[in-house]
Amino acid sequence: MKELSIHREEKFDFAHLFNYSEKINGNISPYLKDVRLAAADSFSKTGFPGKEDEKYEYLSVESLFEFNYNYRFIPEIIHFNIKHVFNCDIPTLKTHMIFLLNGFYYGGAQQLSELPGGIIYGSMMKAMEDKPDIFRQYFSRSTEMGNDGLVNLNTALARDGFFIYVPDNTVLDKPIQVVNLILTNKELMIQPRNLVILGENAHIKLVICDHALSKKKSFTNSVTETFVGQNSRYDFTLIQNEHNDSSHINYHFINQEKGSRVDTNSISLHGGIIRNNHYVKLNGKGSENYSNGLYLTDKDQTIDNFIFVDHAFSNCRSEQLYKGVLDDRANGTFSGRILVRRDAQLTEAFQRNNNILLTEEARMNTKPQLEIYADDVKCSHGATVGQIDEEAMFYLQSRGISEKNARLMMMYGFAHEVINRIHIDALKDGIAELVYKRLRGELAKCDNCAIISS
Amino acid sequence: MLSIKNLFATIDGKEILKGIDLKVQPGEVHAIMGPNGSGKSTLASVLVGRDLVKVTKGEVTYKGVDLLKLSPEERSLAGIFLGFQYPIEIPGVSMVNFMKTAVNEHRKTKGLDPLSAGDFLKMMRERKNLVEIDSALTNRSVNEGFSGGEKKKNEIFQMAMLEPELSILDETDSGLDIDALKIVANGVNRLKTSKNATIVITHYQRLLDYIIPDKVHVLYNGKIVKSGGKELALELEEKGYEWIKKEIN
Ligand SMILES: Nc1ncnc2c1ncn2[C@@H]1O[C@H](COP(=O)(O)OP(=O)(O)OP(=O)(O)O)[C@@H](O)[C@H]1O
Ligand SMILES: [Mg+2]
Repeated sequence: MKELSIHREEKFDFAHLFNYSEKINGNISPYLKDVRLAAADSFSKTGFPGKEDEKYEYLSVESLFEFNYNYRFIPEIIHFNIKHVFNCDIPTLKTHMIFLLNGFYYGGAQQLSELPGGIIYGSMMKAMEDKPDIFRQYFSRSTEMGNDGLVNLNTALARDGFFIYVPDNTVLDKPIQVVNLILTNKELMIQPRNLVILGENAHIKLVICDHALSKKKSFTNSVTETFVGQNSRYDFTLIQNEHNDSSHINYHFINQEKGSRVDTNSISLHGGIIRNNHYVKLNGKGSENYSNGLYLTDKDQTIDNFIFVDHAFSNCRSEQLYKGVLDDRANGTFSGRILVRRDAQLTEAFQRNNNILLTEEARMNTKPQLEIYADDVKCSHGATVGQIDEEAMFYLQSRGISEKNARLMMMYGFAHEVINRIHIDALKDGIAELVYKRLRGELAKCDNCAIISS
Repeated sequence: MLSIKNLFATIDGKEILKGIDLKVQPGEVHAIMGPNGSGKSTLASVLVGRDLVKVTKGEVTYKGVDLLKLSPEERSLAGIFLGFQYPIEIPGVSMVNFMKTAVNEHRKTKGLDPLSAGDFLKMMRERKNLVEIDSALTNRSVNEGFSGGEKKKNEIFQMAMLEPELSILDETDSGLDIDALKIVANGVNRLKTSKNATIVITHYQRLLDYIIPDKVHVLYNGKIVKSGGKELALELEEKGYEWIKKEIN
């Protein structure tokens, strides 16, 4: 991004942008101001991660910025009827739904809602103003955050996103759903910033849907921090369904306390460039993390999953299952780093990454990394890159199933293992349907979302 | 119904079938026996269109059409079924979905509407009873984690679902316990009509006590070297293959 413009179409470079940001900091606490300043400072020194950064070996961040995106500190007012542009694909899924439009909370005056048990959810911007103590305790407190230029850029500039706070001993049956919509007639860069906090003995389910409704080029650099308290459970599902001209870099920092369990499912259906940075810190004895991912890519799409699981305490368990199908000239990367620290005895850590390449041109880099400093552990990792099993194809065809359908069944069967790990039945069925359509080449966008052409 | 004339075939350039002639009429049961590696499964592969096996000479007609020109799925839809010697496991592909797709493809060819979910499940239940296959098995992925015998039963279950006109059962009896053998044979017999034909490939005369063959052939070194009635199987059981080998050489 050589130039950035904000809502008056003025041109800014990063230094100007940081200055401008500081001026319009608004009604936020000194802590937040300091954090933003420090992040801006840090970014000014490091810039975004380059090729020399091992974590970004296969993705050129710089090239993402070689484009004139518009950038906004306050939301653009867009007149439209949300019902005309968005219908959830999974209508049987009943949720507490909130919208982010171009990275800003969209939903009228009530910016923070409260649910029984004291759960608060809604706008990050509003929460920053209303809950300075919570922010002081949690915001930008995830380890590993500070040394990534893109995270610093987000910390320095991000204004809004979603905020969820779940007090101790609170269980919410109905999932909370956050729908990220991009609707614009200009090329746009957005930086949502999200914060999720679960106290002790709490349980919530969160579903995130990323949609780009306009054909315009967009670049999202989003950061989510999640804190899961003792003995709490957190089920997280992310559905990424944007388009070939969207680039999405996404950071999720998950911090888990003693005895907690987190399940995440990242389903990447569509996107020009998708990079998921998934950081898990097992920060208390006996905590468990299950991270699953499915990516279906074609054309010239890029999918890059980076995972870092930090076993800092004993008796923890982590499992990653990432599977992908790459068609045409698609390009994929999986890097999974598992760190088992010296005191993390009795760790169980298992990782698997399986890929199917449908063409000669499709590429996959898979890079498992186990770093183990404890001696009493059970760890394993495995990665495969292969083709569809021709013998199995023949078996299906010999029963009268066409080659095309047999191939589809095989791909679906391959993907199914990941889908099966989604705990919410309606969501599982909905995603199964979406995946099926995607594999049939019928899903250019989430079904019910109308693409708004500008 | 099936006519094989002077069939030669290779795998990886190696000649495996060396001039096979065989005619099968509707209503008949043929047994093919022969030592390991003689080419029995290869012959079955040719009939179902596995492209690993290359036909270099000869012809195969099935119900008047050139069988070798058809794709594997077309052959299935035309009524040919192979019970595989080694059924493959396909993780993630559910038995139900697999069979539903296959049955509906067959119905489409016959100009019939797809079965409703209810009718399909009813059909599954009926045919499962026929081979006394454990109900839970069909709720799993295709053959995944099935025991050897269960896999074989599953082949006959699929045969019962698809109602083929020409079934080729490649050592369906191997790995079955005595009770299962009776059940499978019973299933095959109940599916038998005057219009369909069966080729059973087996090493054991015992199966032929239950499925009575009209003809028995001995395949040796890529050729059918001897044909006879069901008493030929008894003779083989008694004497082994040595006397046939001697007879030829
Ligand atoms: N995929 C393959 N690649 C190479 N050679 C093969 C392959 N399949 C079969 N063959 C060879 O072809 C020959 C015939 O094998 P085939 O499986 O037809 O024998 P068979 O009569 O069915 O034996 P069995 O009684 O052991 O089942 C053998 O020599 C075997 O090694
Ligand atoms: Mg064989």
